[in-house]
Amino acid sequence: MSTSTATREMPDIYHKAGSLSSERRWALWTAYISLIFAAIIFLAPPVYMFITSLKTSAEVANLTGSPWLVREPTLENYAAILGNPTFLVFFWNSVKITVCVVLITMVISTLAAFALARMRFWGSQALATGVFLTYLIPETLLFIPLYQIVGGLGLLNSSWGLVVVYPTLTVPFCTWIMIGYFASIPKELDEAALIDGASWSQMLLKIFIPVAMPGIIAATIFAFTVSWAAFVYPTAFVTTPDEMPLTIGVVSQLVRADTFAWGQIMAGALLAALPPVIVYAFLMDYYIAGLTAGATKG
Amino acid sequence: MAEVSVRKVVKAYEGNVQAVKGIDLEIADHEFVVLVGPSGCGKSTTLRMIAGLEEITSGEIAIGGTVVNDIPPRDRDIAMVFQNYALYPHMSVYENMAFGLTLRKFAKEEIAKRVNNAARILDIEALLQRKPKALSGGQRQRVAMGRAIVRDPKVFLFDEPLSNLDAKLRVQMRTEIKKVHQRVRTTTVYVTHDQVEAMTLADRVVVMNHGIIEQVGPPQELYHSPKTRFVAGFIGSPAMNFFPAQVENGSGALRVILPNGVALPVPTDRTARYQAMAGREVIFGIRPEHLTEPKNLDRDNIAVFEVTPEVIEPMGMETLVHFWMQGAEICARIDPTTPAEPGRPMQLAADLNHMHLIDVQSGRVL
Ligand SMILES: Nc1ncnc2c1ncn2[C@@H]1O[C@H](COP(=O)(O)OP(=O)(O)OP(=O)(O)O)[C@@H](O)[C@H]1O
Ligand SMILES: [Mg+2]
Repeated sequence: MSTSTATREMPDIYHKAGSLSSERRWALWTAYISLIFAAIIFLAPPVYMFITSLKTSAEVANLTGSPWLVREPTLENYAAILGNPTFLVFFWNSVKITVCVVLITMVISTLAAFALARMRFWGSQALATGVFLTYLIPETLLFIPLYQIVGGLGLLNSSWGLVVVYPTLTVPFCTWIMIGYFASIPKELDEAALIDGASWSQMLLKIFIPVAMPGIIAATIFAFTVSWAAFVYPTAFVTTPDEMPLTIGVVSQLVRADTFAWGQIMAGALLAALPPVIVYAFLMDYYIAGLTAGATKG
Repeated sequence: MAEVSVRKVVKAYEGNVQAVKGIDLEIADHEFVVLVGPSGCGKSTTLRMIAGLEEITSGEIAIGGTVVNDIPPRDRDIAMVFQNYALYPHMSVYENMAFGLTLRKFAKEEIAKRVNNAARILDIEALLQRKPKALSGGQRQRVAMGRAIVRDPKVFLFDEPLSNLDAKLRVQMRTEIKKVHQRVRTTTVYVTHDQVEAMTLADRVVVMNHGIIEQVGPPQELYHSPKTRFVAGFIGSPAMNFFPAQVENGSGALRVILPNGVALPVPTDRTARYQAMAGREVIFGIRPEHLTEPKNLDRDNIAVFEVTPEVIEPMGMETLVHFWMQGAEICARIDPTTPAEPGRPMQLAADLNHMHLIDVQSGRVL
């Protein structure tokens, strides 16, 4: 508490601060260089996609000149893709599936994570570990048995089948990351609410969930991403174009016979990538770590 | 407001760890009871069982005459202040204090009245619209207390509410808590491991050790007549001095022989009490303030001896003298005006009217 007055009387500390700042500068430089390097690697494909999406098919096919330059930029690919009813069906399917999956996942895994993090019951530890191990099983191993199950439910070739299947990926992981976050919230907070007169559900809704929001949002982002970008399961379970989500729709349906409409595929893929970007940007505002600040001694 | 009864309460955690080993405690209406004891002795566990946050393995707890064993915390009509305050971080101070009342469906005006009243008592009126993160430790502490006060519950429970504050603020808030209690007179159970806090706040102090209650009594009683060696050593700062000793029945008078051969005559009013111990090993205990300069004591029942101080600690109001005797570090309390120097022998006297003899086997004070 009184350290600020102490520093004033100790020139030594200034001296130290000087050497610290040069160390800091060095750290900043390495950080910037590696970040720029990483940004180039990760951003090159989408940038190239964007460039291609602005080209006519003729220009794409033209091999002279740098492929990174657009000579006659055009929005015709976007117009074509947005005017394509199949694309809109894919988009709608993706939205429908993702919203359902995120809702189902968050309800199940928030409750599960709360139970596993808070209520000590017989086998809760083993269960928590088990939840995580489930996540480690690769989907490529699971899709054959899941095919049987989805088939048994009569949901093959239906986007609802995907709504049933995706939570097997999202629930374990979301539960697992939320267990970690929930455990970091002081349990006195829920105890105080219970003593104040809250029932378990009131405590959960009015105290715990608002406080746990950063963790819940992190899990939501994950569930959203997994569900929006899923590729293996829809490839395996859906063959009717009407039921396809964007990921497989764009690649399987926009290719007519042997002609790859590269411009349109890229425009479609970019449009498909837009919702996650928007969702991230929107949720990041709320995803402020340290929302519990002030709850305890601090 | 209500009385609290704890009857034969046992708490066993998994793996058969008994944190609380069958305690009995009757707390009267309006009483301020402090549970004190070393870390891990089961104070918090006891408090949390009263709150209903921890299940009772066996036994019975009653609040206001109703057995609450199977009643959830929210229906026990209690309020608790936690060591880490546990303020709701997403709510303003006002909302924090109003939360319990809102859940209990109080009218808006009544809530406002109570919150403002509590805020006035605790001097936090200016902070009502702030979020907890914009408060200092002491202010958070007050809000946590405010949250308890507005509810006007049957019982207040405090679990080390001051241990996160710095020393000065702790003393200040201690007085504050006492003031609040004198004002609202709610039955209070207060847990601390700080014996000064216990002594200053309590109507009655409960000293716990290893899951049992060692002694219950008003602060002065615990200080002057501890029943066990543990209580004798725990209450009081600096702690009581202990020496191994032997009781001897020599030439008609009972004497206590210290390991260095010094023989202390037992005051006559105590001979009957100690007679049975003649010839037995005991522990001789005496508080630092009863080990002082001879001039400060009555001539009766004192034993004067010479010591060589090792360390002198001037405290302002008094001076502590530490010396070694037969491998035990002993502390004496002298006048700040008395000259004392490390290494220079000086005379001290033990006031035998205030000595304690402790049975080696049972640890009971005789
Ligand atoms: N959940 C638990 N599982 C197993 N043992 C526990 C649990 N909680 C507490 N204990 C044990 O019970 C004993 C009493 O704990 P308690 O928290 O009541 O101590 P305390 O007197 O409050 O100590 P402190 O002053 O350190 O807070 C300790 O030995 C502790 O290790
Ligand atoms: Mg404790």
